[in-house]
Amino acid sequence: MSIMAEPSAEGRFGEFGGRFVPETLVPACQELEASFREAWADPVFRAELHHLLQEYAGRPSIITECHNLGRSLGIRLILKREDLNHTGSHKINNVLGQALLAKRMGKTRLVAETGAGQHGVASATAAALLGMSCKVYMGAVDVERQALNVFRMKLLGAEVEAVHSGSRTLKDAVNEAMRDWVATVGETHYCLGSVMGPHPYPWMVREFHRVIGDEARAQCRDLLGGADPDFIVACVGGGSNAMGIFSGFVDTEARLIGVEPAGGAAVGRGVPGVVHGMRSYLMQDEYGQVQEAHSISAGLDYPGVGPEHSYLASIGRAEYPTVTDAEVIDAFQLMARSEGIIPALECAHAMAWISREAPTMQGKVVLMNLSGRGDKDVAQMMEILGG
Amino acid sequence: METEFRAKRDAGRKLLVPYITGGLTGWQQAIRAAADAGADAIEIGIPFSDPVMDGPIIQEASQRALDAGVTPVSIFEEARELEVGIPLAVMCYYNTVHHAGHERFAYQLLSAGISAAIVPDLPLEESGLWCTAADAAGIETVMLAAPTAPDDRLPRIAARARGFVYSVGLLGVTGERASLAESATALARRLKAITDVPVLVGVGVSNAEQARQACVVADGVIQGASVVRRLMDGGPEAVGEYVSEVRAAISY
Repeated sequence: MSIMAEPSAEGRFGEFGGRFVPETLVPACQELEASFREAWADPVFRAELHHLLQEYAGRPSIITECHNLGRSLGIRLILKREDLNHTGSHKINNVLGQALLAKRMGKTRLVAETGAGQHGVASATAAALLGMSCKVYMGAVDVERQALNVFRMKLLGAEVEAVHSGSRTLKDAVNEAMRDWVATVGETHYCLGSVMGPHPYPWMVREFHRVIGDEARAQCRDLLGGADPDFIVACVGGGSNAMGIFSGFVDTEARLIGVEPAGGAAVGRGVPGVVHGMRSYLMQDEYGQVQEAHSISAGLDYPGVGPEHSYLASIGRAEYPTVTDAEVIDAFQLMARSEGIIPALECAHAMAWISREAPTMQGKVVLMNLSGRGDKDVAQMMEILGG
Repeated sequence: METEFRAKRDAGRKLLVPYITGGLTGWQQAIRAAADAGADAIEIGIPFSDPVMDGPIIQEASQRALDAGVTPVSIFEEARELEVGIPLAVMCYYNTVHHAGHERFAYQLLSAGISAAIVPDLPLEESGLWCTAADAAGIETVMLAAPTAPDDRLPRIAARARGFVYSVGLLGVTGERASLAESATALARRLKAITDVPVLVGVGVSNAEQARQACVVADGVIQGASVVRRLMDGGPEAVGEYVSEVRAAISY
């Protein structure tokens, strides 16, 4: 298997991935795989999606070179500006793809899980645009710390349900969305928000985000006189924005860096396990109970990681270092003050790693995926920094 | 378990399998009460942090057990003391098996006196490694069949099923419903037409009357949330009374 090609027929990336779902959902996953395969090969579908991405989401997103930060850190720092997409993050790429596909499959309803709320907002947006109903499951803890996005989803016509089970964060929202899907599989499409879950989701979501990497590669070559960056850096929760940008550079010499929060280091501290339909690195106790992740950013509070990341880690093609909440808070402010860009707390993880490791990267070109804007995090940061 | 189930079925008895969350307060007494009240086997739930096939009642029971420090190993140790004279099965999510290791988990079941395993998030296509280990240890793997399965899938599921085929009663997770879904008898009928393995309906069979309705077609029923709720609200005796009531309803 060449790296970042199609997974095996069983949905495996090496020994990771698969389709560990209740029997009720097996036919739905098979149907989704067949429909995606057919649509992705259909120029009409691709043109329709391309049109939406361009005319509605605002693609292509630009790249921005950070001269101030670059000077102070001694590197060339380039940002891929997914924060400028409609709804404020990369999530819209995947959601427009899945919603169009769901409609093509005759589904009338979307369910989605959300952590920080970005995927929920994107799902609610796509549902509004395409005339579908939408229900978003969100951990009760996250509902509290992301009140703005909750209201945004409601404004867009979605129903938001706070999930009170388990750790009351992203992983429990996924469980509840899957329970909903088991009961409503005839009319409902589960619009999963990351490169995780049962086959074909990890592959399909990566393909919908491939546009990030494809655009960035061409844009960087223009900027760098035909060269590629030395480092590609992105934050990793489930890992969709990282997978999107990695896909454009996996066949170059660039080092691929996925930055995990210290309190949610699935690759760094996990062992292979099975939850949410996939076999992947997973934080768990000695009996296989899934552990709670703890991170300042709701979007990265996930104890697992997409299976293709586990594969890239296992073969050594990508690296998955961690940063602490304190480093993230510093990086969040650093980017705001130095560049006039307020990053999402998730992306501040990538910035934190770059800032910490800059002394070892002197003179190198670093491309960071700025996958979302920080407006949603301003209230939380105001509390932490004391206004 | 399968040999016993086939013999009972062929003698005209409908099979009754109550589900009890392992480690929940009073769980061993509840199992004894259920066995005395006419259960044909017991399904012991192994609590898991992320039970995607379970509704609110069994989720709550699992969480209570986990909060009390219950582990698969502590359940196996306590299960060994049961000696109720009917087969025991476990219902566990696949990560519990995967984390222990397939062979080791099969051996743990065997040494705890457990005959069968039901793994609701391990569909046919992913079941190979576990089934090989389970077969080698003599543990029977119950396969689930769902209403969404196309006709050509059911014979493959039935062929891999040991013990019985778990016929999922509705589209949805475990929990009590006001009425028995039409899909419950429809799927059981489809399965009965293609297999000789005992067919038991579970998920959404919520009371004695619904059990009776399901047993018009099926060889028996699994009762989960309705049993667990009684254990949490009324203790082991309430479980015994309820199992007697269901036993009476399906004996005709």
